[in-house]
Amino acid sequence: MTSATALRSRHLLGIADLDPSEIELVLETALAMKEIGTRPIKKVPTLRGRTIINLFFEPSTRTRMSFELAEKRLSADTLGMTTTGSSVSKGETLADTARTLEAMAPDMIVMRHGASGAPHQLSRICRASIINAGDGMHEHPTQALLDALTMLERKRRLAGLQVAIIGDLVHSRVLRSNVLLLTRMGAAVRACGPATLVPPGLDRLGVRVTTSIDEALDGADVVMMLRVQHERMSGLFLPSVREYFTFFGLTPARLERAAPDVIVMHPGPMNRGVEIDSEVADGPWSVILDQVANGVAVRMAVLYLLAGGEAEA
Amino acid sequence: MAVVMDADRMARTLMRIAHEILERHRGADGLALVGIRARGVPIAARLAAHLRDLAGADVPTGALDITLYRDDLMRHAVGPQPVIRRTEIPFSIDDRLILLVDDVLYTGRTIRAALDALIDFGRPRAIQLVVLVDRGHRELPIRADYVGRNIPTSRQQSVQVRLREIDGRDEVEVEG
Repeated sequence: MTSATALRSRHLLGIADLDPSEIELVLETALAMKEIGTRPIKKVPTLRGRTIINLFFEPSTRTRMSFELAEKRLSADTLGMTTTGSSVSKGETLADTARTLEAMAPDMIVMRHGASGAPHQLSRICRASIINAGDGMHEHPTQALLDALTMLERKRRLAGLQVAIIGDLVHSRVLRSNVLLLTRMGAAVRACGPATLVPPGLDRLGVRVTTSIDEALDGADVVMMLRVQHERMSGLFLPSVREYFTFFGLTPARLERAAPDVIVMHPGPMNRGVEIDSEVADGPWSVILDQVANGVAVRMAVLYLLAGGEAEA
Repeated sequence: MAVVMDADRMARTLMRIAHEILERHRGADGLALVGIRARGVPIAARLAAHLRDLAGADVPTGALDITLYRDDLMRHAVGPQPVIRRTEIPFSIDDRLILLVDDVLYTGRTIRAALDALIDFGRPRAIQLVVLVDRGHRELPIRADYVGRNIPTSRQQSVQVRLREIDGRDEVEVEG
């Protein structure tokens, strides 16, 4: 049973602001929201008349579409802004963009930005509830929540799970949010990546850090692969794609070290043959498409819970 | 603080409603029960058990959470949102006669929300309303088809239905 019946903040800026009972509340609400996606009419009138602006300063397909679908399933009015073709490409500052949007009186703003802390700045300017859809190398809270929902559905628990997170650790906001969430909920996290892509101080977050994928996989209940961005393949961080796959690519043979009922996750978009073998991505272990479906439910839950305002102290 | 229905009377009331349902529909064919969360759900389950005993029919039974359809949900700019529970209707409601079940009928706003929710699941042949208690004070043109008991109340009073599945005992109490 959950003890929290509301979120304390009216923004969702990061997992860092959520306590375990709030995380449970979001996940419980998301489980209830999932059912709406199975109905003949996949829409409820809950956020009728609410305006939500989707502000994406970085390219995003699945997160933006997932938020948009969640907003539409709750009957909110949505409008989107991407950087190309907007005043941002004409040199407007974030603060000025925020003030302009504020004048349109939206109820919520979903924002992705390349700079860590950008949603926090927005939350100080705008009266709207701000939802962080990924800021720089900082946090991506709804991704961690949908990952947790997927683990919870498959494993029936989070506490005590052995979770291996493998790949580009230093550039990953998905890693940071997942580590915060999983350690808070009592799961044990191992992180693995090439030494050039391990951020200093990661072990202080309660994570076991290793550069050996076999060690990371040993007995793991959940394996989460992180995307390796091609732009990092310039030789500064990694010598070549082939070398990366040799040492850190997830193959069926490697996966034999993990628990027999291991599940494999990936936040997408995948680089087949770089961090993950196609046989794994399409294999029985893969819950990657569950993650996509759960993303909509988690975002519906967050929108619903934030629409009510702050919990009374 | 008066108990207006004890466990024994509640049992007889629900049995009577089950009989009325079978009489009116000449059997249980094409019926389905949908309980409104929270306390409509165990009442629907008990009616389903009675219909099985009386007519040998397994009437499909579901649970409906109407929170997302409430008309007062977004009226308070600041305040915690009600917790959402799962809706489970594991059968098609198309062309069935749906018996919508709740514990107390009061303003009718919950039933309005439930009707909107149900219609998103399909097009039933008809919807009828079953309530354990009708306490009056309707704010919408809604009435029940099967009523366990009419209890005159004032708006200041509250009617507490307690069920063993949720509260550990069966009774209806009028407070205040």
